[in-house]
Amino acid sequence: MALAHAEVGNKAHAPKKRAKRIAYFLLAPGLTWLLIFFAFPLINLAETSTKTPAPTFETGEFVQTFRFSNFVDAFVNNQEQFFRSFLYALIATLFALAIAYPLAYAIAFRSGPWKNLMLILVVAPFFTSFLLRTLAWKQILGAEGPVVSALQFLGILPPEATITATAFSVILGLTYNFLPFMTLPIYASLDRIDYRLLEASGDLYANGVTTFRKVTLPLSAPGVVAGTLLTFIPASGDYINAQLLGSPENYMIGNVINSRFFRVVDYPTAAALSFILMATILVLVVIYIRRLGTDELV
Amino acid sequence: MSEPKKVQGDLVLSHVTKSFGDFTAVDDLSLTIPKGSFFALLGPSGCGKTTTLRMIAGLEEPTSGTISIGSTDITDTKPYERPVNTVFQNYALFPHLTIFENVAFGLRRRGIKNVDAEVERVLNLVELSHLKSRKPGQLSGGQQQRIALARAVVNKPALLLLDEPLGALDLKLRRQMQIELKWIQTEVGITFVHVTHDQEEAMTMADTVAVMNNGRIEQMGSPAELYENPRTVFVANFLGQSNFIDGSIEGTDGDNVIANLHGVRIVFPKTRNNANGKAVKVGIRPEKFRLHDAGSSAAGNVLTGGIITDISFFGVSTQYMVEMPWKQELMVFEQNDGGAPDLAKGDAVTLSWEPQFTFALDGTDPSQAK
Ligand SMILES: Nc1ncnc2c1ncn2[C@@H]1O[C@H](COP(=O)(O)OP(=O)(O)O)[C@@H](O)[C@H]1O
Ligand SMILES: [Mg+2]
Repeated sequence: MALAHAEVGNKAHAPKKRAKRIAYFLLAPGLTWLLIFFAFPLINLAETSTKTPAPTFETGEFVQTFRFSNFVDAFVNNQEQFFRSFLYALIATLFALAIAYPLAYAIAFRSGPWKNLMLILVVAPFFTSFLLRTLAWKQILGAEGPVVSALQFLGILPPEATITATAFSVILGLTYNFLPFMTLPIYASLDRIDYRLLEASGDLYANGVTTFRKVTLPLSAPGVVAGTLLTFIPASGDYINAQLLGSPENYMIGNVINSRFFRVVDYPTAAALSFILMATILVLVVIYIRRLGTDELV
Repeated sequence: MSEPKKVQGDLVLSHVTKSFGDFTAVDDLSLTIPKGSFFALLGPSGCGKTTTLRMIAGLEEPTSGTISIGSTDITDTKPYERPVNTVFQNYALFPHLTIFENVAFGLRRRGIKNVDAEVERVLNLVELSHLKSRKPGQLSGGQQQRIALARAVVNKPALLLLDEPLGALDLKLRRQMQIELKWIQTEVGITFVHVTHDQEEAMTMADTVAVMNNGRIEQMGSPAELYENPRTVFVANFLGQSNFIDGSIEGTDGDNVIANLHGVRIVFPKTRNNANGKAVKVGIRPEKFRLHDAGSSAAGNVLTGGIITDISFFGVSTQYMVEMPWKQELMVFEQNDGGAPDLAKGDAVTLSWEPQFTFALDGTDPSQAK
């Protein structure tokens, strides 16, 4: 008996080692990818963020002086845009959630034979570029566009008023552009729910609304968490929507980074801003996931 | 929060039919399940057992017919309004809730505030109180099964529906759970409607068994009644093994019917005759036959001229295959208690059985062996 045991133990050991090696081997491409496209640029960015203009004052020439107060300056001078970025991203995330959840629910439970078609329609916007779609919204919401004319005709909008160049249109753009990122994870988690659990809930005296609150919603929580993160994170760093659908009054931190980098050619400030943005998002995400509790993420 | 109707009494299904498109899953089903009984719905896979249960639970709407408990018609009520709970075939425990919350689910939905004592009591009943803070995913199949039972029983429904609740368990655990289920049913006194395709399970647990086939009830009765006096070939074959000998009815003699089996006259009680006309299928369970050496005399119904073609030793009993003069092979079980003669392959034998063990089925019964 003991002998048989030892033998089994030995046999199990060798494949384990090999499995480990295979795991590393399979991870290698991913790790390399991360190294090249994430770690290197990040190190480069970190290095740039503490530089100061070269004594020659030549455009684009900077020297390393380890000036950490670059971060303080960058933050203090752009507090307003930081705040606006997170505010717009938050509102857009909430709007997207409000639209995406019912949509995902309908696709998962009520679409019958139209399920695949509806899923294709959700991702269909991806077939054209992000920029093009945002420009299209600029047209739609613009002074000569159908929305403004209609609202003015109905007397809802005063004759001189516009929709573009307002916070509303920027948030609308953000909501629209990131909607599929919200819809797909929620759909995936709803679709995975065993229909029999909903029947069991009904069998245990829960009506439709209670079943939704007590069973469907908690079971779709992982999808909601994923969707809100996938919307909030890129939305808070976005600058296209603010640039095309807003005015300088609506500029977000992405716009500042963009102009620091390409127009003012102030690489250290752009780098410092990027770092602050990244760190803030990271902190917010950690708080968010902590507050929801890992329990909900079954 | 919806308080289920406070109804009590027998469950009555009256002419219930369920069609999916042009396929009829349940066909004009009428039955009464007495309050407090352990009722088994037995039938092969696909015969409409689950559909019947789902209609009782309210998860499926009958195409026609009515379902009532006592004098209350529940046909058109929602599942959450019915005083009925189900133990689902796959358990359907809520994966995001602890065992305690799973069991408390029904009580909370009915607005009961202090659930602790009740939940604890039921968890003790299924002996899993120590696992109450775990999630269903951390339990074994047998434990999940018991929690599914606890989650239903805690609500003290008028009716508990169990859809093959032991199907996923291995044989040993199955037998153990059968005993436990039976015990719990006696303990809580709730009407159990137990669906199964396992005849042994139905026979050992239920007070009343309904044998279902193709969406219809073939026969209903106590396990012994179904076994001893099946009224169709399907029921006879579904509950154990049988020999059928074709014959024709010749007349009656007092309380007995006289039939001719390939030239041999036999008798059986009128009460056991289910033949509509003259053509009859005479059924005899293999263990009801007695074997004798050819030429020796025997009482009761006697068939001579058998030749043993095969012998299999089973320990408690021995199975003999006996070929009759009309080239039919009959199966005979003899207890290994020394009562049977010492026989070998090729020996000539006489078969006999007591007339009251005969069950006579209609000669045109088309059902085939399972
Ligand atoms: N929703 C449905 N749509 C179509 N056919 C169904 C549906 N549910 C069950 N059936 C059919 O009805 C028959 C009975 O099914 P079921 O009641 O599940 O059988 P059992 O539980 O006895 O195995 C089967 O032939 C099955 O294919
Ligand atoms: Mg079934």
